[in-house]
Amino acid sequence: MRKIKIIVEKCNGCEKCLSSCLFSAIKMENKIPRILDNCNLCGACIDACPFEAIVLEKEEIRVDLSSYRGVWIFAEQRERQVMPVTYELLGVGRALANDLGEELSGVLLGSHMKGKAEELLNYDLEKIYLIDDPLFESYRTHLYTQAIVDLVNHKRPEVILMGATSLGRDLAPRVATRLQTGLTADCTGLEIDKKERNLIQTRPALGGNIMARIISPYHRPQMATVRPKVMKRARPGHSKKAEIIEIKPKISQNNEAVKIISLIREEKEAVDLQGAEIIVSGGRGLGKPENFSLIRKLADLLGGAVGASRAVVDADWIQPYHQVGQTGKTVQPKLYIACGISGAIQHQVGMRTSEVIVAINKDPEAPIFNIATYGIVEDLHKFLPVLIEKLEKRRKS
Amino acid sequence: MNIIVCIKQVPDTEQLQKVKVDPQTNTLVREGVPGIINPFDENAIEEALRLKEKKGGKVTVLSMGPSQAAESLRKALAMGVDEAVLLSDRLFAGSDTLATSYTLAMAIKRIEPFDLILLGKQAIDGDTAQVGPGLAEWLNLPQITYARKIEVNEDKIRVERALEDVFEVVESPLPVVVTVTKDINEPRYPSLRGLIRAKAEQISIWTAEDLPLDKRRIGLEGSPTQVVKVFIPKPPRKGDILSGEISQVVDKLILEIEKRSIIQ
Amino acid sequence: MDFSLSDDQKMILELVEEVSQAEFALRADEISKKGEFPGENIKKLAELDLFGVTIPKEYGGLGMDYLTWTLISEKISKACATTGLIFGANLLCTYPLLVFGTEDQKRKFLPPLARGKALGAFALTEPEAGSDAGNVQTIAKKEEDHYTLNGSKIFITNGEVAHTYIVITTMDRSLGPRGLTAFILEKGTSGFSFGQHFEKMGLSALPNVELIFHDCRVPKENLLSKEKRGFRVAMQTFAAGRIGVGIGALGVAEAAFEEAKKYSKQRVQFGRSISSFQAIQHTLADMATEIEGAKYLLYRAAWLLDQGKPFEKLASMGKLYASEVAMKVTTKAVQILGGYGYTKDYPVERYMREAKLFEIIEGTSEIQRGVIANKILKE
Repeated sequence: MRKIKIIVEKCNGCEKCLSSCLFSAIKMENKIPRILDNCNLCGACIDACPFEAIVLEKEEIRVDLSSYRGVWIFAEQRERQVMPVTYELLGVGRALANDLGEELSGVLLGSHMKGKAEELLNYDLEKIYLIDDPLFESYRTHLYTQAIVDLVNHKRPEVILMGATSLGRDLAPRVATRLQTGLTADCTGLEIDKKERNLIQTRPALGGNIMARIISPYHRPQMATVRPKVMKRARPGHSKKAEIIEIKPKISQNNEAVKIISLIREEKEAVDLQGAEIIVSGGRGLGKPENFSLIRKLADLLGGAVGASRAVVDADWIQPYHQVGQTGKTVQPKLYIACGISGAIQHQVGMRTSEVIVAINKDPEAPIFNIATYGIVEDLHKFLPVLIEKLEKRRKS
Repeated sequence: MNIIVCIKQVPDTEQLQKVKVDPQTNTLVREGVPGIINPFDENAIEEALRLKEKKGGKVTVLSMGPSQAAESLRKALAMGVDEAVLLSDRLFAGSDTLATSYTLAMAIKRIEPFDLILLGKQAIDGDTAQVGPGLAEWLNLPQITYARKIEVNEDKIRVERALEDVFEVVESPLPVVVTVTKDINEPRYPSLRGLIRAKAEQISIWTAEDLPLDKRRIGLEGSPTQVVKVFIPKPPRKGDILSGEISQVVDKLILEIEKRSIIQ
Repeated sequence: MDFSLSDDQKMILELVEEVSQAEFALRADEISKKGEFPGENIKKLAELDLFGVTIPKEYGGLGMDYLTWTLISEKISKACATTGLIFGANLLCTYPLLVFGTEDQKRKFLPPLARGKALGAFALTEPEAGSDAGNVQTIAKKEEDHYTLNGSKIFITNGEVAHTYIVITTMDRSLGPRGLTAFILEKGTSGFSFGQHFEKMGLSALPNVELIFHDCRVPKENLLSKEKRGFRVAMQTFAAGRIGVGIGALGVAEAAFEEAKKYSKQRVQFGRSISSFQAIQHTLADMATEIEGAKYLLYRAAWLLDQGKPFEKLASMGKLYASEVAMKVTTKAVQILGGYGYTKDYPVERYMREAKLFEIIEGTSEIQRGVIANKILKE
């Protein structure tokens, strides 16, 4: 219900509001105005107050949210394999469900997935909703969205988590928009405000320069995509027996407009950068493209992947998929070695959450040294060969 | 081909010394900070221009933002787009992705007809990547995300999508909403002619009154998600500078990585 | 005297700066090392409409002023001297066409030059004619409906990559300067071929080529100005060209200065950065001051040209001063970088080698002094 509200801290007690009210709906009590029941929301007092101490509170449509119960996680599968992020979702999902005192359910869509669904029973959850149908073999936006939306409307979960993968980030916003509910992307932190039963979602913005805490207080389900490799994975070996509930999707015809024609697997010598535990990156300080051989050598010795700054990608020294940074990839390896990279903010946002950062740059004022765990002010052309040589010796011994 | 490109003006992070947050709405204060076209949206504009060069037609660029966003629209005009529309109204302020995609969708309904809608995959300030799919949903259109290559033949579009470890080739009839990655092209610089022409061109400015909107679905009111707090994350602790003779430094470094069990 | 830039100028220069730093600067080292013509850079200049800046709109250009062109050229040269010189040499072709060309000639030759579809060049220098321009030996013989050219030119900037050439010949060697005659030549004309590519001290990616004329048939419509009026064409072209060469030198000086300044702050000796030592500070102060001086000489020369006022004296002064400043500044830059400055790991040794050419081309410093003395003694 809309209400006129007095902001007590701003009120000066001047009583201008009283004289402005045509309905005598304001009374002073202990030097503070009180709005009486015969107020008809005309707003004259708001205009009259010189201290902006009176506001009209917006109408809050309170849908009955109490009928929404339970935490769901989307169990992502590709080519009939359950994706690693699913286990991370099971981990954080369990914690959230416990705090809410509710059930944790997994939602698995695919074809020939009964076996995988049964494997998931080994994890700590209460239910698995399974849609097993040839139509759902591969992810298709329209099909998956419709199936999930139907299920949500039927079962009314309170929280839905998906992985912030290319699939999750294609699916979640479609589902959230169709459900007209709130969705927060790429969360790195999730917890429950037990009093309000709100999911508190923490996520980076502005390329990681700021963190935002977000809630969807008046809409259910509360949806979030979760950044992979941040949450702890759930462990199997749980004695509790969950149940698999198989759903027959109402979609009988494949009315998905977008059709998959083929898959292209390109020869990428760099393994998925985002999955790498060690990354060695090269920047302008390398001097010329040929010097990437030093980077590759070091990466090989350490069993790591090769990364690059934007400058050298733009100069065509190396392919774009090696680029780390704001318009490239965001990585969280255990070890990130930045060679000849000055560390402008656009690069930093792509790698600053790495566990250990080693920076090698001959410019002592390079910004990269502000975030490096170990900074080495040296010419990389002198430093790297020695590092490589010693690592080679070490490997042999 | 009639193509609509939705773009966003974002803060130029190179110029960003300190982030300003509006205490009332908990959203970013965009005024006063120099803005640039969201880099991925530049790729979208470039792709639209290339398709127009091949197939003929018109490119309209659309943006929702404060009046300052007109600068970015002007740059798009300088690059060669035909028309620019700015959706600017106090009522749009504080929109989350649901409200934003709704507002853009209602504006697009006014711009109809169109064959293709292009957007960058995400904005580098919000980083949500949600507006593209949301827009497709409001307009009841198919969506294709993470495009790294687009081909249009007659009334069908073929797109190569960049997934984590594989590229998926898909096909769809038009119209469709496509979000693009950086790999799709190299955005052109505006020419001098373009700059001069754009300076004189008209940008249409539409307010909430100009669109067939349900006012409850826009701005703060139309946003299910609320930002309750914004904070600067603790910067990673500044570490040590290892100095000394190169050979010694290398030894020390290897020792440290071993200590942390990163290598055996 | 209003030294501020217009909004349009600011807008344009911002774009040129962005492109120069993002593209030309990155490639400068590599193209120099490989001696590779910077085709990508030239393509970008054309795409941005930069070749058409001073060409009137009716011939496909933007109809802007020479001061704006000069400011643009400065930014390009600072990022890459080679690209700046190719850009500048183009002016040596478009300028005489604008000043001396007939309407038909302008309509034919300017549009492709404005769009960067054709590059331009100016050819006077010969084995026996450097400073002594009047000693040109390439002979032009008048026939029925054409002229026949015989002779050769050396060191021609943009040679072979250019399509349109302004060639200074003589119709009578005995007349010296008074026999000079200018023609417009297109690549592919029968009897017009290219010879030696000269290997240079620096700017190896800049084409400097020998042109060979062997019974070369030039249509009579291609006579520029009148017969035996070529000396005037050459002198006036040089006057404008001097601004271009001067601003190129200034760009190199600025790049070297930035590098030296940056290094001096980083380099630590005796426990402090060398920028804290007075010797270095004074050197940097001198460099900065000389650069500022050269800048405004050149800007003013361009401004005078735009105003239709006599600009030759200032153009010569600007070229003379800027080129000598460039030599001084780049040499000092190498000095400040010390041992490292002498290696190819840093660009300053390249800047120093590049700077030298600017004291020679477009009229040596000796010639410039002569020109200036001539002017001031007449005043």
